[in-house]
Amino acid sequence: MDLILEGIKKAFCLLVGLDPEVMGITLLSLEVSGAATLISLLIGISIGVMVALSRFPGKRIVVSLINTGMGLPPVVVGLFVTIFLWRNGPFGMLGILYTPTAMIIAQTVIASPIVMGITLAAIQQLPQKLRLQILALGATRFQMVWILIKEARLPLLAAVMAGFGGVISEVGASIMVGGNIKGYSRVLTTATVMETSRGNFDIAIALGIILLLLAYFINLVLTQIQQRERPR
Amino acid sequence: MIESSPLLEARNIEVERGGTIILSVQSLLIQKGEILSLIGPNGAGKTTLLQTSSYLLKPFKGELFFKGEKINSNQSIFEYRRKLAMIFQEPLLFDTTVLGNVASGLKIRGMARGEIRHRVMEQLDRFGIIHLSGRSARTLSGGEAQRASLARAFAIQPEVLFLDEPFASLDPPTRDSLIEDLENILRKTKTTTIFATHDLSEALRLSDRMAVMNQGKIFQIGSPAEVMNHPIDEFVASFVGVETILSGRVIKKYKGTFLASILGQEIEVVGDVHLGETVVICIRPENVTLSTSILKEATSARNMFTGKILKIVPLGLYQKVQLDCGFPLIAYVTNHSLDELSLAEGKEVKASFKATAVTVVRRGEDFKNNS
Repeated sequence: MDLILEGIKKAFCLLVGLDPEVMGITLLSLEVSGAATLISLLIGISIGVMVALSRFPGKRIVVSLINTGMGLPPVVVGLFVTIFLWRNGPFGMLGILYTPTAMIIAQTVIASPIVMGITLAAIQQLPQKLRLQILALGATRFQMVWILIKEARLPLLAAVMAGFGGVISEVGASIMVGGNIKGYSRVLTTATVMETSRGNFDIAIALGIILLLLAYFINLVLTQIQQRERPR
Repeated sequence: MIESSPLLEARNIEVERGGTIILSVQSLLIQKGEILSLIGPNGAGKTTLLQTSSYLLKPFKGELFFKGEKINSNQSIFEYRRKLAMIFQEPLLFDTTVLGNVASGLKIRGMARGEIRHRVMEQLDRFGIIHLSGRSARTLSGGEAQRASLARAFAIQPEVLFLDEPFASLDPPTRDSLIEDLENILRKTKTTTIFATHDLSEALRLSDRMAVMNQGKIFQIGSPAEVMNHPIDEFVASFVGVETILSGRVIKKYKGTFLASILGQEIEVVGDVHLGETVVICIRPENVTLSTSILKEATSARNMFTGKILKIVPLGLYQKVQLDCGFPLIAYVTNHSLDELSLAEGKEVKASFKATAVTVVRRGEDFKNNS
């Protein structure tokens, strides 16, 4: 019991005192996951929209692949990214294993299917005839896609949140490809694992609180968006 | 009659889906400024024809010509699409304000903001929804939303307007009010219009020409009077209800009724109209009574004419008698009466119907008379 209470007290001090190491870890978390989410947005929304609007043989298979990808185990992603970036691996010459860059790559691979899947569903949920109506208003194909994305902006926003939420709390792949190097590739999740295993519960709790706050904040915004009335 | 070249022409259109040919139209010409209605049961091919003629549905076999030029390249398709507007049964508004919606077609065309605002306000006013301009489209009622959709279409000043059963999901009073407003605007702007409906009265009210469709084909096309009075086959006849439709002018007004002059005869009709107005009247065949001799003073029927029986067609429980009373008139007579009066083709009879049995289907100054 003492352990926990001591831990909480020390965590509070670290947070309020803006301990530089903790702040550094938090900032890196946001940078890595933020970059990964941004890239996955570009990849996910463009592919998601493309698949949603096209008709091609094997579309069902592609859609189920995307949906499966949404539940991809992060450790498996970490495994494959590690293999690819390994010294003797196909991209070993880049030497980016155990760097934040590798973490961004891994997290992008995790987040992209999530964004893709939600985008796909969001676009497909729009009324079929809406595309025709937009074309009938004289839109170019590009303008039509843009208007559809705007129409689906609420679920797409949810996709962003889901993608970010998925990677900010991810630990498996981040440890494997990042290496948890102090001051370099150490993020909230990887640091928590390490501090806990060392018994430094005060730091671990502080990191955990920050992580919880971030998760709560994401959920708060998501909930706000979901609660907007949509009488149709 | 020499016709100026058509605004829109469709040639040998054929659309196939899943192995079946769902549309097959050899030739369709639409003149500038005319309102053409496509009527027919569900699945007749009306929507397919609309979407094909607006190049929204691809692929299809056949050719489309706009102002004499063939539409075939992607560029010409795009240019053509920018000159038309389409209204669907659902308003399909965007998730923004009414103002934003009505402006969307203009924004797509890259129009200047000041000019957009001016045009949008004009249309909102025209369709009576200016008080809704700042409202979110999600909060509109069915009628209001459809008005917004119409305003959005007219804002781009289309050369051809396509409507696909635009009033089908509205309740009767909303529908009537919208149809009236649309009619006024179409007449005023002289917009070439093609609209699909399964409601005959709508078609009769709005169209200059009617095309009756079924199974992907146009069975008959012509003025409402033509199609209604001279259906070319049983399907068209059964679909339009074979009523007597006549157009004429109001020459005298009484209290509650008026006298319409039609092909030299005078028919008394219940209604409130203006002197000199053109009217289109409808007489249901069941309301026409035939007799071989009658004293005018002994009946309350205001209309009595002598006519010759042109044709008698048995329709099962009753018979259809086609008369020529100076104007074409159709009566339904029971087999029993037919026998009792010994009615036969070529015989002269007296046909009578009440003023209340005549309905005024349409009235207006610009009605194109085609009887």
